[in-house]
Amino acid sequence: MAEKDKTQTYLQDLERFRRARPHESESWVEPIRRRALSRFAELGLPSPREEDWRQTNLAPLRRLALRWSGPEEAAAPKRTEVRDLLFGGEAAAEIVFVAGHHAPELSSIGDLPEGAVVESLLDGVEKRKDLLVDHLGRYADFETRSFAAWNTAFLRDGAFVFVPEGLAIDKPIHLLYLSRGGSEPSVAHPRNLILVGKGASATVVETYASLDDGTFLTNAVTEIRVGEGASLRHIKLQEESIRAFHVGALQAHQERSSRFDSLSFAFGAGLARNDAGSVLDGEGAECVLDGLYLGRGDQLIDNHTVIQHARPHGSSRELYKGILTDRARGVFSGRIVVRPDAQKTDAKQTNQTLLLSANAAVHTKPQLEIYADDVKCTHGATVGRLDENAVFYLRSRGIEEAAARSLLTYAFAADLVGRVDWAPLRKRLEELLVARLPLGEEIRGAL
Amino acid sequence: MSSDATIEKFTKQEYKYGFTTDVESDAAPRGLNEEIIRLISAKKEEPEFLLEWRLKAFRHWQTMEEPHWPNVKYPAIDYQNIIYYSAPKSMTNRPKSLDEVDPEVVRTFEKLGISLEEQKRITGVAVDAVFDSVSVATTFREKLAELGIIFCSFSEAVREHPELVRKYLGSVVPHTDNFFAALNSAVFSDGSFCYVPKGVRCPMELSTYFRINAIDTGQFERTLIVAEEGSTVSYLEGCTAPMRDVNQLHAAVVELVALDRATIKYSTVQNWYPGDEEGKGGIFNFVTKRGACRGKGSKISWTQVETGSAITWKYPGCILQGDDSVGEFYSVALTNRRQQADTGTKMIHIGKNTRSTIVSKGISAGRGQNTYRGLVQVMKGAENARNFSQCDSMLIGDKCGAHTFPYVDVRNPTATVEHEATTSKIGEDQVFYCNQRGISTEDAVNMIVNGFCKEIFRELPMEFAVEAQKLLSVSLEGSVG
Repeated sequence: MAEKDKTQTYLQDLERFRRARPHESESWVEPIRRRALSRFAELGLPSPREEDWRQTNLAPLRRLALRWSGPEEAAAPKRTEVRDLLFGGEAAAEIVFVAGHHAPELSSIGDLPEGAVVESLLDGVEKRKDLLVDHLGRYADFETRSFAAWNTAFLRDGAFVFVPEGLAIDKPIHLLYLSRGGSEPSVAHPRNLILVGKGASATVVETYASLDDGTFLTNAVTEIRVGEGASLRHIKLQEESIRAFHVGALQAHQERSSRFDSLSFAFGAGLARNDAGSVLDGEGAECVLDGLYLGRGDQLIDNHTVIQHARPHGSSRELYKGILTDRARGVFSGRIVVRPDAQKTDAKQTNQTLLLSANAAVHTKPQLEIYADDVKCTHGATVGRLDENAVFYLRSRGIEEAAARSLLTYAFAADLVGRVDWAPLRKRLEELLVARLPLGEEIRGAL
Repeated sequence: MSSDATIEKFTKQEYKYGFTTDVESDAAPRGLNEEIIRLISAKKEEPEFLLEWRLKAFRHWQTMEEPHWPNVKYPAIDYQNIIYYSAPKSMTNRPKSLDEVDPEVVRTFEKLGISLEEQKRITGVAVDAVFDSVSVATTFREKLAELGIIFCSFSEAVREHPELVRKYLGSVVPHTDNFFAALNSAVFSDGSFCYVPKGVRCPMELSTYFRINAIDTGQFERTLIVAEEGSTVSYLEGCTAPMRDVNQLHAAVVELVALDRATIKYSTVQNWYPGDEEGKGGIFNFVTKRGACRGKGSKISWTQVETGSAITWKYPGCILQGDDSVGEFYSVALTNRRQQADTGTKMIHIGKNTRSTIVSKGISAGRGQNTYRGLVQVMKGAENARNFSQCDSMLIGDKCGAHTFPYVDVRNPTATVEHEATTSKIGEDQVFYCNQRGISTEDAVNMIVNGFCKEIFRELPMEFAVEAQKLLSVSLEGSVG
């Protein structure tokens, strides 16, 4: 079936859904959806001929006829089924989405400080139009990016987080996205908007997980605005099933002296693509983009990041680490752009990949694009294996070789896991990491 | 002097190689078609196989589209408005010795500082000079021939050693490789050929000087160097062109073949006319250079100093096929005025224990845009491959740009690949320090830039290193902002 026809099928899905809910088509969001829809119809899915998708072939995704399902079809699982994924009382608020639709029965909005909002976007869109109107659809570029256009065309539900001026929310806000393969492959388009007011601070954790080992596509978009002097910590954990496809875009816009700190853990999905970016659009803004990717089996994990320094005195730090084994492939592309006015920029980017098997492969592309002269920018990339001297050292201490390798691999990743200061999440990350290491169980005691 | 005035003074500095030489030339009509290719081939009295090869390349070229992925912008090239063959007229009756070469041509080379006469006597450099499209003279031939080294123009090689040409031509850069390589394969007019037999260490630096003289001509030369088992050769290439306010196309192909334990060192000082400060005129330098380390323990080393051309677009690469082979790339690329450069290297590791080193220094001044683009690829079988890349950029002035796009593909877990890049400007404190020691700002900048490029200049043969330093000073001096 031709690509265009398939895109048409997706569009028909949408039309059918719309007809059933005429009131939703009257929303102020409708023109944005329409525009994105026409862009998606023109763009189609990206081909490997495009530079940004050269190493990530979407052929397996193209072969699928993905069905978009409405909220009535998305049956929420029982609380007990997803107990491991819920942090409940430990979080300031927790909202759960099933196939991209809000599942209130699993969500718990605790006692948030006054003025803070954590709710489903569907609820927020009409109720808080004034808050959203200047931000929704403004940061994630759907004019040129097909997945963002696809998501925006289906823009309906997701999370809306608002932290008003000067407020600091100590406990993290947890957003959980569950999907299931079901009888036929499906697609979900969660859409999130996080607004952090002047001088405010918060931590938002997004977790993407599966309810079964079926095939589906999660096409998520998160837009973030960090106000003047505000600080946002964003952590994303993606642990979807090995047969899932995950495409996620995270786009932040930072004002003067703000801080945006993102940490991404890509463990799951057969094909996972993350686009993370920030525009430092105010003097003295700080940005940290970190990530850890683990690939095994036939997984393909692709991380693309873009940091745009648009104003002077900005600083950015980026560290992406990867561990690839079996036949897994890793792709990393990091771009740092320093625009002509962004003097005194200080940017540093590092990508390190550990290849643990003969058939694993990595493509890395750290890039600097600099149009200002008074800057300090560096990037570095390394690809290699475990240090044989370190392995020998551990063996000479009586640790058998496989366990020694496992331990060293764990240490390589622990650097990033250790940056998570929220105990329940860190515990979960450690569990996942150990479970993915060869001989993980045997070294558990040593950790 | 205020820095603005300094910038003005030096960016307006004239291109000192911008003279033209009044030589009657024998040129083909404008445009490109099979007739032109047959004409070129006939003029050069080429054997049938070469004509066939050219036509094959031309037919393939017609199916290709001009690529636009590099980070450079330039007006569209009208391939039908180029003269693909131009030779100084007096070459039509091929001179038997240097004395018979048109004295105008000889004077041109004297102006460039390569007096063919002088060369013969004093320096130990054997020169093959290419004027427009035809090789004018080759010095030191007899002396090299005693050792069995063949160093001559490409056309001569075709006539005298067709078997070697046939064996190696297109074996590293096939005619289908890319748009400009295909074009070159179809219309290449001359170039240098060098063959170093088994076990011979070439006693002198071999050198080619390229010069585009006639207006509206493209220069499409082709260089082929073959180093047999255990041999060593060092080769230099220099280029200049007259000042013209139209763009001229230079699409060369260089192929290097190193067999078992052979070493080839290829150095380039490229100083084509860069265009004026408004970006008018200048050479489009779209070149394909590639070396194949076919044999075990072979080594190919590229050193380039790129200061000229309106647009430079080239990636000298090494295919490290033989086990234990070594590839090196040392580059200084300077862009001033409105020059644009998208350059770097490709290191393809195929054999076991292959090693590569990349050191690239980019300097952007004025409105120059400088891009490093490199590929390090470690194939599955390349056990213990090792790469180290370092790309440093220096920015002078706030209207220029420096970009780094390295691509790293690793398919073998025993490989170790490291890439590092930094971007910085000349520190005001460094300049101040020099000033207070009585060193002028221009001299200080020069000194700092030369220090920044020292690692590369060290790789150049002596006479070139001196020239490169001077060239850098001329191209850059005082553009401190």
